[in-house]
Amino acid sequence: MSIYFDHAATTPMADVAITALNTQLKKLGNASSLHSAGRSVRKDLEGGREEIAKAIDCQASEVIFTATGTEANNLAIKGLYWKGVKENKKVIITSTFEHHAVMDPIVWLSEHEGAQIVGINVDRNGFLNLDELKQAVSEHEGKIALISIMHSNNEVGTLQDIAQVVKIAGQIPVHADCVQSFGKVSLSFKQLGLTAATVSAHKVGGPLGVAALILKRGLDIEPILHGGGQERDIRSGTFNAPSIVSFAAAAKESVAQSNQRSEIIRKLKAELISTIKKGVPDIWVNGDQEKSLPGIISITFPKTDSEGLLLLLDSEGIACSTGSACSAGVQRPSHVLLAMGLTEDETTSTLRFSLNHSNTIIEIAKLGAVIASVVARSRAASGKK
Amino acid sequence: MKKLKVIAAMSGGVDSAVAAARAVDAGYEVVGVHLALSSNPQKYRSGARGCCTIEDSHDARRAADVIGIPFYIWDMAEEFHKGVVENFLSEYQSGRTPNPCLRCNEKIKFEAVLDRAKALGFDGVVTGHYAVTKDSPTGKTLHRAADIDKDQSYVLAVLRTDQIEGAIFPLGDTVKTDTRKEAKERGLFVANKPDSHDICFVPSGDNAGWLRERLGSETGDIVDQAGKKLGEHKGAYTYTIGQRRGLALTVPDPTGEPRYVLKIEPKSNTVVVGSHDALAVSTISATPPTWCGLIPEINKSLRGFAQVRAHGAPLACDYKFDGTNLIANLDEPVFGLATGQALVIYDGDRVVGSGTICETI
Repeated sequence: MSIYFDHAATTPMADVAITALNTQLKKLGNASSLHSAGRSVRKDLEGGREEIAKAIDCQASEVIFTATGTEANNLAIKGLYWKGVKENKKVIITSTFEHHAVMDPIVWLSEHEGAQIVGINVDRNGFLNLDELKQAVSEHEGKIALISIMHSNNEVGTLQDIAQVVKIAGQIPVHADCVQSFGKVSLSFKQLGLTAATVSAHKVGGPLGVAALILKRGLDIEPILHGGGQERDIRSGTFNAPSIVSFAAAAKESVAQSNQRSEIIRKLKAELISTIKKGVPDIWVNGDQEKSLPGIISITFPKTDSEGLLLLLDSEGIACSTGSACSAGVQRPSHVLLAMGLTEDETTSTLRFSLNHSNTIIEIAKLGAVIASVVARSRAASGKK
Repeated sequence: MKKLKVIAAMSGGVDSAVAAARAVDAGYEVVGVHLALSSNPQKYRSGARGCCTIEDSHDARRAADVIGIPFYIWDMAEEFHKGVVENFLSEYQSGRTPNPCLRCNEKIKFEAVLDRAKALGFDGVVTGHYAVTKDSPTGKTLHRAADIDKDQSYVLAVLRTDQIEGAIFPLGDTVKTDTRKEAKERGLFVANKPDSHDICFVPSGDNAGWLRERLGSETGDIVDQAGKKLGEHKGAYTYTIGQRRGLALTVPDPTGEPRYVLKIEPKSNTVVVGSHDALAVSTISATPPTWCGLIPEINKSLRGFAQVRAHGAPLACDYKFDGTNLIANLDEPVFGLATGQALVIYDGDRVVGSGTICETI
């Protein structure tokens, strides 16, 4: 049996989500249609919207379904920026270690739409420098279109103090990419005071191809996709009712179980770190382990080459992740780890293990049985001194 | 018995795909690897050039999936640049005409990749080259392929015995048309992909232009063998020994005979031209020799065949090793031979040894 330590990439669908999806797939009707078949699907879909709203503590009308987290991030960032531009606000404040789905639309706006990017540094522990944020906010007062800071980092798992970010921002709209946090740690859109947040189904046991932008009620932003205006005139496209209903079922379950699962996963995480340390004493874990997601562990294996590590672990039936690759599939030094102060060599010696509640101590022991030999072989192959 | 583990280098072309599939059939545990040789790959293949576009890496991945083997991409851009591209430029700068495919086999596929594979615990590297290896009491030997038109033993002759030991060429006994047929039968959609030729890192195919961009296009004199100026050139590097066209000589030959490039002298930035007869070469020295098998006795004259170009004809010769160089005396002269190319000596179909041509007389 293969061992899966890559749940932050995607995680198995929950049984409740599969059942919901199957049931809904058999149901005929376009949720926008006025006849009874359409109304019936619409009823299920709106029920799903309410579940998602409950899960993230927002109003149902604040949930805008999209196809992916990337789409939701693009919609929020571009929409809030274009809104700001109308008031001559062209500054976008963000962290230096956002996911590409946040970083790249911001870079695109600076290259094509005149946005000015202000990147706030992060420290070696993986936390945003809030003093620097304060300074940037006062320095660019009246010129800031939005602030986008991830709720938790997808490579190292550190949780950012978003409540504090919102406080510093004052009237400035704040967007948070909550894709990794949703269903893992408690998350309240309302309490955080966010303007916008992104969540995605397949990270919480829902299906691929559905996500949501949570956008403050009454706020209208420019759409990216134009068409039928199904979602508040902000997002067009036929309602993906089966996926939405399935997403809602998964979200409901993972939020309800999150405390209990988090406890299990944190224990597994500690076990995984100590097991690897036993086999390879000179490793280190990147990012703070306290204020972090339960399941994400970034480990640097000095003088190895993560491509080689992944290949060898894969051949042992163990799946983990090396971080990002370019479009040609070539591994690139992680901008997240570089932002945290690692060297290029160290970033390409790093693996991410991401756990969920279904992982076991036995699986970790199996990793422990091979890790020393895998690391030794990767060291011999890497040529790093 | 434990299965032997091998890396299959998969370019995204038909040959390496079929080679990988055959290695699986032969009982190896195969892992497919595509080598990313450029740090800024082009999205698509233009014509038949290269094997390092994003499209090629996608094709390689798809082939690996169909065969049912794991697949990874290895970044060899730095090694490729150092070992192949920089060598290509410095050879031209020294007035020689290098063969980058040969250098790629020597420095990348059977050095960087093979070394990495061995360090990771693999036993060898499988490629889609058309060549044959045979076991002998003194170790593996390298031979010509069954498909003589596709034979690639010339560009592999540079490999040391230990490199040959780690090399597996499943296509050596096959003609290319059968490889394509087999690819189709195996459901590999690369079956009809055009063969790659030319130099993969010169995607435009304009070798002269590519060299001018990197080495400059300082004009200089084109002279005859007596040193008399006959015209001007736009960068000595862009000429090849034996070249006749595009010389744009302003002084015609008194006999009306065509003139050919005889020599490129990078130090004086001069191109020397002369008659076809002056291109004749009977003695070739090559260094440093690589022996595929036992090192011949010093200064002992032996009979064999010399090959001086990829897909060139075998030329009957006497050859010897003088302790430093491999020297071939051809029975019949050959015309227009550039230094920098490889001299490969064959005994029948077996590769005896090779070296880079440093002097021709």
